[in-house]
Parts: sequence; C-alpha cells; structure tokens
Amino acid sequence: MNTEKSLKTDFHQSFLRISKRDSISQKSAWAIRAGAVLLALVVNALFVLAITGLDPISLYATMFKGVFGDSFSRWEFIKNSAKLLCIAVALAPAFKMRYWNIGGEGQVLMGALASTIIMYTCDSLPSLLLVLLMLIVGLAVGALWAFIPAAFKAKFNTNETLFTLMMNYIAMNLVNYYYNKWRGEKSALGEINSQSKKGWLSSLWGGNEDGFFLNEDLWYFLVILLVSVLMYVYLKKTKHGYEISVVGESRNTAKYAGISVNKVMLRTLLISGAVCGLCGFLTVSNSHTISADNTAGGYGFTAIIVAWLSKFNTLTMIAVSFMVIFLQKGSSSIADMYARKGFDTSASSIVTGIFLLAVIGSEFFINYRLIFRSRKEEK
Amino acid sequence: MEPKVAVLMKGISKSFGGVVANKNVDLEIRHGEILSVLGENGSGKTTLMNMLSGIYYPDKGQIFIDGKEVNIPSPKAAFELGIGMIHQHFKLVDVFSAAENIALGCNEKGRYSIAKISEKIKNICDKYGFDIDPAQKVYNMSISQKQTLEIVKVLYRGSKVLILDEPTAVLTPQEAKRLFNVLVNMKHDGKAIVIITHKLQEVLSVSDRVSILRKGEYIGTVNTKDATELSLTEMMVGKRVELDIERPVPQDPVERLRVRNLTCVNPDGRKILNDVSFTAYGGEILGIAGISGCGQKELLESIAGLQTVEEGGHIEYYPKGGTEKEELIGKTPVQIRRLGVSLSFVPEDRLGMGLVGSMGMAENMMLKNYSDGTSFFTETKKPRELAEKIMKELEVVTPGVDTPVRRLSGGNVQKVLVGREIASSPTVLMTAYAVRGLDINTSYTIYRLLNEQKKKGVAVIYVGEDLDVLLALCDRILVLCAGRVSGILDGRTATKEEIGLLMTNTKSVLEEDVQE
Amino acid sequence: MGTLVIWINQALVFGSVIMLGAIGETISEKAGNMNLGTPGIMCVGAAFGMIGAHGYENSVESPNALLCIVIALSCAFLAAAIMGAIYSFFVVSLRVNQNVVGLVITIFGVGVAKFFTKLCIKTTTGNIRARFAAGVFGKKIPWLSDSLGIASDILFSYGFMFYVTIVVAVLVTLFLSKTRVGLNLRAVGENPPTADAAGINVSKYKYLATCIGAGITGCAGIYCVLDFKDGGWATADIADIESYGWLAVALVIFSMWKTVNLIWGSYLFGFFYWAYQYLPSMIGISISTDLAQTLPYIITIIVLIVISLSKRKENQGPASLGLTYFREDR
Repeated sequence: MNTEKSLKTDFHQSFLRISKRDSISQKSAWAIRAGAVLLALVVNALFVLAITGLDPISLYATMFKGVFGDSFSRWEFIKNSAKLLCIAVALAPAFKMRYWNIGGEGQVLMGALASTIIMYTCDSLPSLLLVLLMLIVGLAVGALWAFIPAAFKAKFNTNETLFTLMMNYIAMNLVNYYYNKWRGEKSALGEINSQSKKGWLSSLWGGNEDGFFLNEDLWYFLVILLVSVLMYVYLKKTKHGYEISVVGESRNTAKYAGISVNKVMLRTLLISGAVCGLCGFLTVSNSHTISADNTAGGYGFTAIIVAWLSKFNTLTMIAVSFMVIFLQKGSSSIADMYARKGFDTSASSIVTGIFLLAVIGSEFFINYRLIFRSRKEEK
Repeated sequence: MEPKVAVLMKGISKSFGGVVANKNVDLEIRHGEILSVLGENGSGKTTLMNMLSGIYYPDKGQIFIDGKEVNIPSPKAAFELGIGMIHQHFKLVDVFSAAENIALGCNEKGRYSIAKISEKIKNICDKYGFDIDPAQKVYNMSISQKQTLEIVKVLYRGSKVLILDEPTAVLTPQEAKRLFNVLVNMKHDGKAIVIITHKLQEVLSVSDRVSILRKGEYIGTVNTKDATELSLTEMMVGKRVELDIERPVPQDPVERLRVRNLTCVNPDGRKILNDVSFTAYGGEILGIAGISGCGQKELLESIAGLQTVEEGGHIEYYPKGGTEKEELIGKTPVQIRRLGVSLSFVPEDRLGMGLVGSMGMAENMMLKNYSDGTSFFTETKKPRELAEKIMKELEVVTPGVDTPVRRLSGGNVQKVLVGREIASSPTVLMTAYAVRGLDINTSYTIYRLLNEQKKKGVAVIYVGEDLDVLLALCDRILVLCAGRVSGILDGRTATKEEIGLLMTNTKSVLEEDVQE
Repeated sequence: MGTLVIWINQALVFGSVIMLGAIGETISEKAGNMNLGTPGIMCVGAAFGMIGAHGYENSVESPNALLCIVIALSCAFLAAAIMGAIYSFFVVSLRVNQNVVGLVITIFGVGVAKFFTKLCIKTTTGNIRARFAAGVFGKKIPWLSDSLGIASDILFSYGFMFYVTIVVAVLVTLFLSKTRVGLNLRAVGENPPTADAAGINVSKYKYLATCIGAGITGCAGIYCVLDFKDGGWATADIADIESYGWLAVALVIFSMWKTVNLIWGSYLFGFFYWAYQYLPSMIGISISTDLAQTLPYIITIIVLIVISLSKRKENQGPASLGLTYFREDR
C-alpha cells in the first residue's frame, strides 16, 4: 500500500478540488496556451480601446505597421527580439537544472563592459584580433559573473536567487561608473571609436555596411539564432545536456546515476554566464556603445519569464521572444500616435504585462485539473 | 465492571484505486486500556487509524464515539472529537519552541501567552511523567523528544483517544521503555490508547488487548494475557500460501559477493546497519526479509556505493573469471556498476531515484551508462532499441518510448526499472521491492525475469515484503531485524512462522533494557 | 559637522523609506512568498498615493492635513494591495513560480505607475508637485525639532512617517512573536504542511500576508515621493523608486528576516548609499557615486553568505520561502 500517494483522497468537504494532471496531450496543452494568448490579445485590445478609442482591428493593424512599416523599425524589432532570445537561451540550461539564475541582466552588462574596455584600450590591435579579444574577454567576464554565485551555492548552499539578483545591481553600477568616467573624458559618450570603427562588428568586413549581407544587425541576429540552435542541441543531444536534465529532475537520481551535482552546476553556470557575456559583446559591437539602461535594457528580467514560458526549450523561445517584442514595440508605436490621449510608452509595459500574466496563468490549467462536485456526491 | 468503549468502528472498508486497504474491519477501543493493532507491512493498520484521525474517509462503515455515530471529515474534526494521532513523520516546525508548536493552530480563548501555555505544558508533563522543556527549539531535540512533544501536543488539545503509529520504530530501547511507562500512566488516567505496531514483544509487554489485521482484513482480537508470541505470529502471517513460482536448483553456485561486519550509521547517529555479514552466490536468489526500515535500503545502497559506511566493514566482490577479489568500499557508484553490480531500487514514490520522470523510456535507458564512451553526444540509437526491446518483451504499456515515464502506471514503471538493470547484464543484481503495488501478472513476469538471471549465473539479491513470495522464490532468506542479521534460512525448508519470529525478534534487545 | 548632520538626515529619511518597503516584504516572506514584485508595487503605491494627494489638494479650496494623509496613504495602500492580490492569485491559487510572477509584477507595476499618473494628473508643464501634501509629510515636530540643538537636528527633524515607520517595525516584530496570528503566519512560511495539519488555512494566510505586505510597501512608495522627494513627481523618479524597491528586497535579507534589525540596518544602508555625496567634503576621499552605490548590494551578498555559513536556524529565512505549497504534494 502506497500511503504517501493515497493521501489524495483527503478532505472531502471541499466543493472544488484541484488535482495534478497525470498527463495532457500536447494538443490540448497548446490549445490552452493559444487560448491564453487570445485572451491576452482581447484584454489588451479592450484596454487600448478604452483609452484611445482605437478598435481592435485597426489597433493590431497599426501595431503591425508600426513594427514592420519601415526598415529601421523592422531591424529594431529583429535586434531586440534577438537580444531577448539570447538571454533567455543563456538562462535555459541553468533553469533546466533548477538553478534560479536571475542575474542575466548583470551577466550581460559585465560581458558588455569587459568588451567595451577592450574596445577602448586595445584599439591599436588589428580589427580581427580586437574583435576576437573582445569576444573572449566578454565571454569570460560574463561567465565569471555567473560563476561566483554558483560557486557559493556549490560550497555553502548560498541562495542563488538573491545572490544573482544582487549581482545585477553591482554590474549596473559598475557600468554606470565607467560610462560616467568615459563621458567625463570625452564630454559625451556617443559611439565608441566612431572614427576608426575599431571593434565594431562591421570592422570584420571593412566597415562597409552597404549590402544585405554586410548588415551588422543581420549578423547580430544570425549569430544569436545559431546559438539558440546550438543550445537546443547541447541540451537535447549531449551528455552534458543529459546530466543537466537529470540534476534538474532530482538530485537523488543524479547521485544514483553517479553524476556530480556540483560539477554539473558550476559547468552549466559558466556556460550560462558565457552566453550572457556573448550577448553583451554582440550588443556592444553592434551598438558601438554601452549604457546600464539600454545595453541589457531590462531584458535580463524579461528573459527569465520567456525562458520559463518556453519550458526551457530554446526553439520555442524564438517564437516567444518575437511575440513579446512585437507587443512591446507595437504598443510603443501606438503610444507615439496617441500620446495626447495619455497612451504613452509606459502603456507598453502594461500590454506586455497583461500578455505575460495571461500566458503564465495558463500553465496552471495545463498542470492541474479542477474538479467541481456537489456535496451530495461524496456521501 | 463493564469496560467503557471509547471508539467503535464497524464494517469499515477503504480502497485506493482498486487496491483494497481495509475490508469490513471492526475495532473496539476502550477507555483506560492500551490496544495494539498488529499486522505486517501493508496489512492496512495505518490506513484504518487514518480514518479515525480524519486523514481518510471510509468508503463504507460506521464510526461511533462514546456510543454516538460520528463523521470525521478532517483532522480538525478528529481533534474536536478528542482523537489525536501521532504519525511516524512528525508534524513540527523546526525553528519553533516546544510551546510554540503546541500553541500552533490551537484557538484557545484568552490572550496568547507563552508563559501560560508553558505552565499548562508543565502540568501535563508532571501528570504523566513527560520530560520536555517548553522553551527548547525543535531542531535541538532528539527524535524521542520530538515524539514526546507530539504526544503532549495531542494531550494539550484534550484528546481522550491517542493513536501512536509505530511509536518505537525510531527509539532506542531505553527511550521505548520510558515511552511505555508514560503510556501506562495515561491509561491509568482513563485515556484510550492505540499503538500500531508489528513488534510482538512490545505488544506482549505493554498492551491489554491485541487486534490483528492481515492483508486489510480483520482477523480478530485477543487479550494479551491469553496470547503468546507464537499464537500472535500465526494470526499475523496466516497460513502459508503455496505460490506457483518456479525455483530451479542452483547450478554450481560460486561466491560473488561477501559482506563482512558492515555497519552504517544514519544522520541521527543510530546504527541502521549493525555488523552485517553474509555471502551471495552466483546462480542463486538470496532473499532479504524484514520489517520495513530495518536497514534493507541501506544495505543495498552500501553495496552500490551510495552509502557511507563505518570503518571496519568489508564488501568483497569476486568478478567473473577473475581471481582477484575487489573491495567495493571506497569505489564510486559508477566504478561499482562497471564491475557488474547493479541495483534497482523501487522507492516509495517509484520515480524517486531510478528513473527520470520527465524523460521517455529511451532516454531513461542510459541513466547509468550515458557517460560511457568518448563522444560528446549521447548515444541515441542503442538506448532506443533497448527501450523498444524491453517494451515488447515485458509488455510495457506506453504510447511510445519517448513518452515521459511519469505518465506510465506504477507497474509499467517498475518493469522499465527492472528491465534496464537486467539489460546491463550484471553479475550481481539487487532489486528492492520490485513487485510492490504490482498486479499478479506483472509480478510473475518479474519473478520469471529474476529466475532467468539466476539460471544465467547471476547472483540475485531480492528484498521483498511478501513472505509467501520470499519462501517460494528464494534459495536462501536472510532476515534483517533492526539492522542486524537475525538469521539466514533455507528457502525450501523455512516456515513462515520462523521468519515471522526472526523479523520481530526484539527479545534480546528488550532483555538488555530490563537489566538497566 | 554640518555636513555630517545633513548626511545623517538624508541617510535616515532614505533608510526609513526602504525600511517601510522592507517591512512589507518581510511580512510577505514570513508567509513563504518571496515577492520580487516589490519594486513594481512600491512604484504603484507611489503613483496612486500621488494621484490621490495631488487630486485632493487641487480639488478643494483649503485642504485638510489629516485628510490629505489619509487619502495619500490609503490610495497607496489599496493600489499596492491589489498588486499583492494579483501576485497571490498567481502564486498561491495558480501555483506559478514565485520568481517569474514577481518579475512580471515589477514590469507590470512600473508600467501601471507611469501610465496612470500620466492619465490621472493633467499638467501642462510636465512638472507635477503635490505641494501641500509635501508640506504635511515633511512637517517637523514643533519645539522638539528646533530647541534641543544637535539632538533636534539629528533626531527630531523628520516628518511624521519617520516615526510611524519605527513604530510599525516594532509593532510587526511584536505581532510576529507575541500573537497567535503571528505564530500561525510564521508556521505557514516555515512548514506549510504542518500548519495545514494544525488547522490553519494556509492559502488565506498567504493571501492576507502578501496583500497587507504589499500595501505597506506601497505606503513606502508614497512616503518616498512626498517626503524624500519633497512632493515632486517626474518619470525619472519612478526609476529611482524601482531601484529603492530592490534595495528593500536586499534589506530583508540583511535584517535576517527580523523587523527590529531593519531599524538600524536601513539607516546603515542609507549611510552607504549616500556616502559619495559627503565623503569628499568631509574627509577628502572622493569616491564615485556609482561605486559607492554598490556597497549596499555587496554588503547584502556578504550577509547572504554569512547566513548560509551559519548553522543557527534562527538566522535563516523562512524554510519554505519561494516554494509553492500544494497539499496533495505531501
């Protein structure tokens, strides 16, 4: 008799009972998620309607036009989605082993900062070498920023959620420190190496951006797309990925299978941090500048939600990232048109917030079942 | 004088998803008396009592308290009716003091004052002879102190009926004796006390009456003064049931594993294995019998390299064809597995250790050998083929080898677990509770598999619960009792009573205690 | 000497703001809910408190001080408590991961705060200020604040919320340790199955603790605007309040989940946070603003590590902090 399990029959007096689903078909799960997305779109449409008087169809048409209407907006959309995606992909392996790395923001910033310092100080190096050095140092520092809390977690079981959270703010202030210092030296911090274009992504192909394949933004996106696919393969097909899955499922099982939990944790966090560092490096060499507010842009936090929503599947993250950024950019474009009526950029966080809440709420209905029953039935 | 009936349970039945836990059970609990509810593991003792404490609700039957029919839908209702149960797993808040734990959720009238509560606790302690400090934090308490606290908690809330689930399972003999003294004090105060147990010595030394359950059914109630160890054992284990399980005679058994003086200490400092020695031979099935929690798990885990063991013990392994014996203590689980020693342990929740619930059968196949080879990538073809083979041969019911094993039924999960261990073609195969919760057909499949391994010359170690199965399947049966080997019997000649007595043999322990 | 006094004044008012925020978060965490939505909730409290205060003083001829306080605080409390309720709904009822919900609440809350102030407070200059309310919140105690020399300057030159906050910190400590409800609340955060078995309604406690905690955090938001920011409202201030919210989360750890420790811990945070402004003129050491502002976070990390090294269970956070409780998981 398995008493632990049978405790489920407990407490007969309740009218509404919630029980864990044993299984749900992929189809119904996606149907529930799609329903949530639809609900979010409707609620958002009503919200916008109430404020601007814009009917839902023109609303989404306007959003669509705002996001895809011109080349600049299109690339902004792609780049922002890629950035969000990259951080979410970076967090995936850590989350998968149930390590709450919420320090993505800080790891990106530190990677970016390290790259920028190299960009500033080593601008006498040949372009290729400089970019390579920026990349390596960016990866290393991003990895280090993730490794520190992981090491304490491994050694002393220090709470990683709070530790990584604090590391974000240290990173932000460090970036601000350098930002202000450099700004002081040059009176304004515009594009770095704006004359020589040293350390720019485009410096790899001579700085010429005329032509589809010479577009920095395109490569920014492609590299991140490649990383997402690689991460997918890493998590699904390699021994490392296998270990991560086992550790995430149960530390006991990992022990049983002869896996060293600490080793896997440290290794995984180095990778997680390094991918964040990569994001920082790419952003710096693409935007040619750094700032605590915009380089990571708060995506370090949004990415946590994206990663969680995508069930740590990095390919799903591609779609989710595009969706989130579409809503953000789309509602900002509406804000531009309706600022007089009080609909400004801040409304886009509300629109995004409603969307995220609806989708995370839907997970409940995928994992649990509601059982209604009348009191008569129990007797 | 007519005994005063505190609780009367009539015709109680309860089943869980087709498995019958209690069938038409009657029970009478009296004031001023200690009643033992005796039965083997899985005989439904705890389930029955959980229906009194409001954790379960009976499917059928009536409960009367002081002559009045009642309905007990929740633990809270049970408290209000004066029934308090002390579970095996204590429900205490670690960082709270004893007094705070007692005050928790207790909606007394008047101002909340720890001083007042402490005084009331002191009164209860003085009355019955408990010894607890109301200000002591629970995390500083020994297990026996925590148990005392649970009892005081129940008394504080005015319970007149106290149910203790396996109260001595976690206690030293001295502590157990102290507990019994207190129970006797409470009995004299008119409380009705029930102890759920399978230890005969305890039953005989402390209780007034004994009610016996077997496989969910009520067997009967006897007065302790009319009972003997033998009569109780007979009632508890019942007549031997002949099972139609094949048992080939071992073919030239060779020494495979020799365990010498193995001792293991749990985090509380209690010896969970105490000087265990035995030998396992290739080509035979060695059964391990014992009340649950007597060290079976720790024994197998020690051999598999998952437990830290005390100095002085040896686990020697004689590889196939090799001459050199290998000492397994000090080796990692992976090294031990590569030597050919394989463990399939079916934990309480089935997925706890051996399988990864979110993965499919195919991926689970490589849990223990995924790291073999030098490739960076995991092998996908072989595990998949193996999974398909096991699925076919063992008739695992699953939509496919990629369906997460969490979605499989318990029986199918166990087939996957045992199937994988056998597939690694071990020389020593250890299984624990391999047929727990399985239906007859699946159980027989497992017995067949084990016998096949035995015929191949594998040393099979089978930890089981059902004595009939142990007697029908195993060549030799090792009986563990409180971490010690209390006997090794021939499976062909041993009787159920013999094993039953060895399993509950706490005699020597209690004698030590008396001399104190 | 004068600089030191100004530094102390600023550190204490600032510390008092984040203390109130941390008190709210502590109550929530005591029930096992780690609410990372605190920064967003603080912004929402600030925004709606401001909407209330600003609306009130601009709609009547001669505003009443007491009414002004009541309106500002209750608007802030209610709006923030609603955010707490949303958080609880997702975390307690829908059992979504606490970190995820918390972060969404922060994103959402910051948006709500900015949006509704824009929507509700019409202005032509873009410079919004609740002049009257700032006067009320900044009003010092008569006599005590100017007749005791240095003691007046250091101890009595603050608005009433400064003293209210200390009282609240003490009251919450007493509530948690000396009342039955406080005991039950702590049990819910430590060991929900045990609390459940003892007949405590775990969900109700979690909901109430989080909503009331959020409400208090919301009051910290409006306190920040009307006293520390002297009634001024600009969009940049929302970003400030958000970062103060994170400091409040850090402060809870620093205090080791004990509200009495907040009383000195928060002031210490204040000293570190603003050190960069005063050290140069006082002892000639010039440190960068940005580097100095990392100090509270670094100290929090050190405390976090010390806590994990410490074997004393009293210093740890509630045992089930961050975990969702589902009765059938037992």
